Amino acid sequence: MTTPLLQVRDLTVSYLINGTRGRAADGVSFDLHAGERLGIVGESGSGKSTLALALMQLHKPPSHIEAGSALLDGTDLLTLRGEALRRFRWSQVSMIPQGAMNSLNPVMRIGVAMADAIHAHEKGWKPDRIRARIAETLDSVGLDPGVAKLYPHELSGGMKQRVCIALAIILKPKLIIADEPTSALDVVVQRRVIETLKAVQKQIGAALIMIGHDMGLMAQSVDRLAVMYAGRLVENAPIRRFFRTPLHPYSQLLISSLPSPDEVREMKGIPGAQPSLFDLPKGCAFHPRCPAAMPQCRLERPESRLIGTERTVACHLVTKEPAHV
Amino acid sequence: MSEATPLLDLDRVSVSYKSRNFKAPPFLALDGFTLRIAQDRPKIVAIVGESGSGKTTLARVVLGMLAPTQGQMRYAGQALDAMARPDRAAFRREVQAIFQDPFSIFNPFYPVDHLLEMPLRIFRLAKSRAEEQAMIASALQRVGLTPGQVLGRHPHQLSGGQRQRIVVARCLMLRPRLIVADEPVSMIDASLRANVLAQIQALRDELGISIIYITHDIATARQVSDEVFVLHRGKTVESGTAEAVIARPQHEYTRLLVGSVPRPDPDHGWSDLTEPAQG
Repeated sequence: MTTPLLQVRDLTVSYLINGTRGRAADGVSFDLHAGERLGIVGESGSGKSTLALALMQLHKPPSHIEAGSALLDGTDLLTLRGEALRRFRWSQVSMIPQGAMNSLNPVMRIGVAMADAIHAHEKGWKPDRIRARIAETLDSVGLDPGVAKLYPHELSGGMKQRVCIALAIILKPKLIIADEPTSALDVVVQRRVIETLKAVQKQIGAALIMIGHDMGLMAQSVDRLAVMYAGRLVENAPIRRFFRTPLHPYSQLLISSLPSPDEVREMKGIPGAQPSLFDLPKGCAFHPRCPAAMPQCRLERPESRLIGTERTVACHLVTKEPAHV
Repeated sequence: MSEATPLLDLDRVSVSYKSRNFKAPPFLALDGFTLRIAQDRPKIVAIVGESGSGKTTLARVVLGMLAPTQGQMRYAGQALDAMARPDRAAFRREVQAIFQDPFSIFNPFYPVDHLLEMPLRIFRLAKSRAEEQAMIASALQRVGLTPGQVLGRHPHQLSGGQRQRIVVARCLMLRPRLIVADEPVSMIDASLRANVLAQIQALRDELGISIIYITHDIATARQVSDEVFVLHRGKTVESGTAEAVIARPQHEYTRLLVGSVPRPDPDHGWSDLTEPAQG
């Protein structure tokens, strides 16, 4: 097996508020190979966005990285500082932040914004080369190169989201982090945007981390799926195995709570609410909502364990891969 | 009033927005929309379509916030502009709205009690402070919240799901007959969506409230609604029972919408895109 592109180990990010510490990411570890797509799902407040921001050191006080490492091709992203950090962002790892399409500068033409990104990282590119790269990048996300001359208000939501994808890939990074890239778009546009994102990611050979809460969208978009609950990765599995045999009770409930357009079923949500990160229950954080909780779950926090070859699960109930898979 | 008078009667309603450029033709946001909801048979009607299809314009017409440019809207047999004051007040109480964003509807400076008390006072529904509190408590319990859990708290201390349920509770206290719910669950976590939708269904089944459920989410429309209207560029392109429209879509555009829903099955990919010609 080849060395992974990104190795995250024991990443812990905490918020210190009024003297209480809450861990939005608690001992998160995962690997990501070049060209692989990883989805991270979880409820709001489960730490998904915190994790993504920490990987780019874009987190702001009161949050800080307490421990852990994130090696990208051998460089620990979490130790970069100053100029080295500036150079690394965008050119090595780029981000499509949540609500990105509303953060395009309204008084800057699209082409100027794209050239800005190039200027910040590549000195000495001739204007022709920059123009060619902009045209090529716009074309690869399915936009007419003429879009470079337009302002954000002249574009539809789907087009703006494509511009954000174009901005993210313009320097051909090794890793793209997309935080809810389609949350404000309707299904038809969402599908086209995701298909574009997958196509350009494949074309430049980058790895992709996609954050969201739509399990259906994940099933159509990623190779592996990681589930976060109260700051911890509770399950991380290849996408087919995840949907065929989800092992963590929370994963099972997430899948069964999905409404289907194809049949009418009794709707079951997950009872209760996610606990506050500042007041986690003892033992497994999920035990108050878990239908299969055992006495052990109230006392001891389950550690993430390798189940079979490619899956990790943090649950006392799960000790081995089901035989029939 | 005879039993045959529908609760809500939208008769070929059109709404056009004038362009600022006076030479440009007006933009037709809603084009000859017809819908009838009977008084005695409460139902959930889903209006599905993309952004810009006219869904929210329709909601504004039903809520009386926008007058149709053509056609008629009648509530319990009366056009809004012909209603006498008491009837109009009744309309305001009986037709309630639930909006998409449970984050912006609350005033951040007040505890959530404010949102629950104000409508009771405006419509003079409670005779005393004690009765007011009792009504609030019972409405909260109806939506699965305990008063102690939410009362006295500020909106930022509550989750999106809790806030949206408070909005539903506020609607309930007014004993409405019709609720217009514009994307009520799209900003709520998937795991809590089912709970809010189940409550909306219970409103129909237990309290006899009709609901106009506006959404772009075909999957939830299939789960909760009796009837579905598919809007495309202001026009109804297909309507019928949820089963007929979503399981056996006839119109090209409906097929595109149904085919674009991402299935939670990696082996059942998105079906091939076929799009109606862009006009």
